[in-house]
Amino acid sequence: MGCGRLGAELAVMLEADGHEIAILDVDKYAFGHLPPEFKGQKVLGDGTDQDTLRRAGAERADAFVAATRGDNRNALAAQVAKHVFQIKRVGSVIFDPIREEVYRGLGMRTINPTKLEAGLLRESIEREDE
Amino acid sequence: MFIIVAGAGKVGYHLARALVADHEVLVIEQDPDRVDFVAAELGTDVIMLGDACDAATMELAGMERADLAVATTGDDEDNLTFCQVSKARYDVPRTVARINNPQNETLFKQLGIDSTVSATNLILGHIEQELPWRGLIPLMTLTGLDMEIVEIRVPREAVTVGKQVKQLLLPQGALLCLVISEGTPRLPTPETMIHADDILLAVASIESEEALRSALTEPPS
Repeated sequence: MGCGRLGAELAVMLEADGHEIAILDVDKYAFGHLPPEFKGQKVLGDGTDQDTLRRAGAERADAFVAATRGDNRNALAAQVAKHVFQIKRVGSVIFDPIREEVYRGLGMRTINPTKLEAGLLRESIEREDE
Repeated sequence: MFIIVAGAGKVGYHLARALVADHEVLVIEQDPDRVDFVAAELGTDVIMLGDACDAATMELAGMERADLAVATTGDDEDNLTFCQVSKARYDVPRTVARINNPQNETLFKQLGIDSTVSATNLILGHIEQELPWRGLIPLMTLTGLDMEIVEIRVPREAVTVGKQVKQLLLPQGALLCLVISEGTPRLPTPETMIHADDILLAVASIESEEALRSALTEPPS
């Protein structure tokens, strides 16, 4: 869910690994982030909506990733995927470190790009200082 | 009680207005124009500018001493996050969420939101009561049990008409509690006869509701 730069990049990587991909976005122009050779299904619609997820094939999905810019949208969609569609592997991007902590505490698999990027930036700055 | 409300839209504003005489109320709203409006109507101490899902704002609002958190925004994802963070991070004893997409109601309950209010489902319930053919009407949700008290009117052509309660094939997880025949309520016994137009009240798990409805209302096949 989410065909921004992050979502599109991930979809392409997973497709290269041999997985079948469906990618959702509310904005049809977002699919422009995908290369022309992308073979997966592009689904226009709101990934927090159960009918839209069903249309994307959520009932037979093995994994779901919520990767929009909106923490709350990601958290809702991930919980719909996990609890309504019983998808086993559900990952979610949460930018706010505090919200990420809350959702991780609730048993969700979360990634916090803010902390990751800050860590990477620190590493690169400190390296250049040496 | 100290009540924190997320969202000063129509629902949040009118809620705050109704509660403010008897309770300590604080509404958190992102739109500065809306904040000015509520401040002018209800006073500056009732409203705060900020993102209700943001920890710094929640801390400033005094979330940790709130007795009740109510999410009234037009976006279910914001309402869910506000309630989940209130509970998990600030131990708010009770959370209430407005539901915009009716499909989210069951999920929100499953995720531990104490009360949910869906205008769409409420209106649907009222419309269904007005229809000549009645299906199953959920009357009340039993908090934390995934069960509902439901009402079913027995149609004339139903296979159940003229049968005794012991002959009914009800799904597991459903219990018939009351039979109202011509305005008289009776506790059902195995011998109680079901008539056309009887109103039946049952407690049923949400998964068994559809099976219960078809068992009690469908014509003989």
